[in-house]
Amino acid sequence: MSAAVSLAVPQDDRPDPAEALLRIEDLRVEFSTHRGIVRAVDGVSYDVRPGEIVAVVGESGCGKSVTALSVMRLLPAHAARITGGRIMFRGQDLAHLPAGAMRALRGRDIAMIFQEPMTSLNPVLSVAVQIMEPLTIHLGLSPDAARARAAELLGLVGLSDPERRLEQYPHELSGGMRQRVMIAIALSCDPKLIIADEPTTALDVTIQAQILELMKDLSQRLGIALVVITHNLGIVARYADRINVMYAGRVIEHGDSTAIFHGPRHPYTLGLLQSVPRLDRPRVARLATIPGMPPDLRNPPVGCRFAPRCALRAPVCDTAPSLRPIGMPGQATACHRAEELAPPPRFEPGDIQPATAREMPPTSPLVSVRGLDKSFRISIGQSGVLRAVADIGFDIPRGQTLGLVGESGCGKTTVGRMLVHLTEPSDGEIRFDGADTTHLARRDNVAFRRRAQIVCQDPYSSLNPRSTLGATLAEPLRVHRLVRGRRARRERVAALLDMVGLPRVMAERYPHQLSGGQRQRIGIARALAMQPSFIVCDEAVSALDVSIQGQIINLLEDLQRDLGLTYLFIAHDLAVVRHISHRIAVMYLGRMMEIGAAEAILSEPLHPYTRALLDAAPVPDPTIERARRQRSLQGELPSPLAPPSGCVFRTRCPLASVECAATVPVPREIRPGHFAACIKL
Amino acid sequence: MKRGGMLRFILHRLALAIPTLFGVAVLIFLMLRVIPGDIVEIKLRADGGQVTQAMIEQERHRLGLDRPLPVQFASWLEGFVTGDLGTSMWTDRPVIVEIRERLELTVEVAILAAVIATVIAIPLGSLAALFAGSVLDYTIRLVTLGGLAAPAFWVGMLIILGLLTLFHWMPPMTFVPIYRDPIGNLSQLIFPALAIGYRFAAVVTRMTRSAVLEVMREDYIRTARAKGVYERLVITRHTLPNALLPTITVIGLEFAFLIGGLVVTEEVFNLNGIGRLFVQAVSRNDFILIQTLVMIIAAVFVLTNIVVDIICAALDPRLRAGR
Repeated sequence: MSAAVSLAVPQDDRPDPAEALLRIEDLRVEFSTHRGIVRAVDGVSYDVRPGEIVAVVGESGCGKSVTALSVMRLLPAHAARITGGRIMFRGQDLAHLPAGAMRALRGRDIAMIFQEPMTSLNPVLSVAVQIMEPLTIHLGLSPDAARARAAELLGLVGLSDPERRLEQYPHELSGGMRQRVMIAIALSCDPKLIIADEPTTALDVTIQAQILELMKDLSQRLGIALVVITHNLGIVARYADRINVMYAGRVIEHGDSTAIFHGPRHPYTLGLLQSVPRLDRPRVARLATIPGMPPDLRNPPVGCRFAPRCALRAPVCDTAPSLRPIGMPGQATACHRAEELAPPPRFEPGDIQPATAREMPPTSPLVSVRGLDKSFRISIGQSGVLRAVADIGFDIPRGQTLGLVGESGCGKTTVGRMLVHLTEPSDGEIRFDGADTTHLARRDNVAFRRRAQIVCQDPYSSLNPRSTLGATLAEPLRVHRLVRGRRARRERVAALLDMVGLPRVMAERYPHQLSGGQRQRIGIARALAMQPSFIVCDEAVSALDVSIQGQIINLLEDLQRDLGLTYLFIAHDLAVVRHISHRIAVMYLGRMMEIGAAEAILSEPLHPYTRALLDAAPVPDPTIERARRQRSLQGELPSPLAPPSGCVFRTRCPLASVECAATVPVPREIRPGHFAACIKL
Repeated sequence: MKRGGMLRFILHRLALAIPTLFGVAVLIFLMLRVIPGDIVEIKLRADGGQVTQAMIEQERHRLGLDRPLPVQFASWLEGFVTGDLGTSMWTDRPVIVEIRERLELTVEVAILAAVIATVIAIPLGSLAALFAGSVLDYTIRLVTLGGLAAPAFWVGMLIILGLLTLFHWMPPMTFVPIYRDPIGNLSQLIFPALAIGYRFAAVVTRMTRSAVLEVMREDYIRTARAKGVYERLVITRHTLPNALLPTITVIGLEFAFLIGGLVVTEEVFNLNGIGRLFVQAVSRNDFILIQTLVMIIAAVFVLTNIVVDIICAALDPRLRAGR
């Protein structure tokens, strides 16, 4: 790479380099794969000052985690190597530190928190052993002293009854509790810097709020610098002092939180901000998206790597831009045409479809559910009966979308599976197009499959890796004898691919050759193959990057408009659900908490749980986030095996009183068409 | 983990073994009676001379074969409680006597082989995994491939030939229990144990290698490194206990298999073990002996599995909770 391309350190008002605690300079990391060399990190520079919170934002594969793992020198030993640049930490270059010295530094001066709390703790070691380890290794504490300190740390991260927790094993703790243990481990030796790689991505939204609050609070109180790596701009707005946006192995923009959110100067940053549905603004008719996909880092485009997807693309973009100061103090962007970038649109009335426009004329319900119940007999640990879904009722009008929201374990997926007859209800009634379809004979069940389909969360594991996508799409056509003849089927498959916006050559490919977004398009095409009238989308966009997520949401909306489809849209992201749904239902521990028109639920939530969900949902605007009252929901989800008596939410409810334990509240119509199950309303 | 929990776990497992063994008893008892061929006829004809129907009837009566099946079955089961398992229909010696010494020999060979295999395989497998892709790894994999490919009896023949040509010495032929003459006992049994142990070690080494490799990719190993844990501890404390779970299962299965499956190796080393006895019993249609041998082998399988479960539960708290 020529000198002109390398990222010059801007000579602006950035602080003296000596001040920086961590300073990454022109870092380059290569992975050797059997299909070529991937330059996962290609000239990344950023710094972190003592005590501040720095965010690194970008989509999967942009090199944000690889940069962090390079700092820790935890890259996979054989596959990856640092090929250039420096990682200066307190006067030492970590990129060239001997392995022994690096080990002594890990966990003591720099600690790391990982994404998956479920797999990041050793399942066969007790919590005590895992927290005591760094204390005995780095600080030389005696086992007794280390244990006492471990208990103290558990208290610090807000775990009750630390002595008992020390004796427990990871599988006995919930995801949120495990992440607290991870934080306790990270804090144990009083590090100068903690790197958190997607620390809350795997957690429910109310738990996510708790964990982020805890990390921010500890960082401030103990003066620990924090690097938060995330794809979620919302959580960054609330906590970060400064933000680095990465794309295709490079930092393409950095600046203060307010600068990035209010005055992004790079088309990609702007695109990211616009492609997430937002709770703090009126619903836009159509999500702005970034077309295309991130480049293949084995063979990245010459010049600006974002150019192929960029609307401002010009001949000058054939030379790679370097970061240059622009906009607010401390802000820098790597774009030749940053001056020409329109500022983020202040939303004007013309752009916005009024909330009422979503209300469709009342049609007859296509799907109608009454008193739906599902119990599972389980025999893990002590055996018992798990009532996954309890007394759920709703209607989905023809051609509309019902959004189903709730935290993990609330039963929303079970409801979806019962509606498409993948799970048999224990009790209650499901009516489809006026006919009772609760229990179907084998023959009717096959016929029913043509009318109701499902799109699953993980597009990879739901496609057969051994068949071509064409074969996958043709299979239902053959099985149900919808299209006879090989040629006719091939034409129909091509039509399906057109419908979901994929090139026809995809029919010859295998699932592993596709990106996540493309696979999800195939998932949708497979559901459409039967020409159903009803589709359950079970977390269909949750696993996708934000720029791709917007594309899929738009696709689902287009299909609904063109084909008159009815959706049950299951998700945990309120902003996404609000964007796509006409009505929203909120579930908690198997029960319906609230149901009503989407805008009404979001703007005037009735149930305390819905309000808590809204409070916890991050909004990508630092000004709003900082002004918000922090009243994140306390406590953990109760075990669904032993739900609280009466109202299941009462153990975490700010309004709860004695009466709440007495009876199970039924949904009441508080306002026209807006039901909530709470006796306090 | 409370102590009571572990005890209850063991009792629970033992209780579950009873229906399994009972099922095996019913199956083998019925199957033997369905198979054509009558021991009485075979035996009498082998003695030579004229065989009359009356002689057959008389012999059948003496052996109790004319009683109704449920009665025969009940009296056989009763033997497991009283310790009188009946007499061999062929030799007329008590089954217990027939089996005891041979079982002692076979179990000892199996244990020796298992010990040899475990002691060699776990370190070798771990080394191969830690240095995956290196010359060491390829060497270990090559040697284990040999162990899988070469039949144990052939390895046994090589050992005997080697001993003869190099030392002009052959292992003793007669079995002495280890508590009476440890050296004499070991000098006889260590060589078959080595021959079997090679294959055994090969299986376990490969299992250990792949298990260690898999665990090393786990997130919690990365966490351990991120904590600054010494590499030695990353292996011994974080990786091995997790990697050993599948390895121990394989050791248990292989061990149980050895009790009934050593026929050819016993032949090569001229050992009077269970395998040989089994073949004799089957070729003579010696019902009583066959069904008792099957029960013993089944019991060894079940017991080994219980021991494996207990070891795994001791290593993995999730198994203790989710029985």
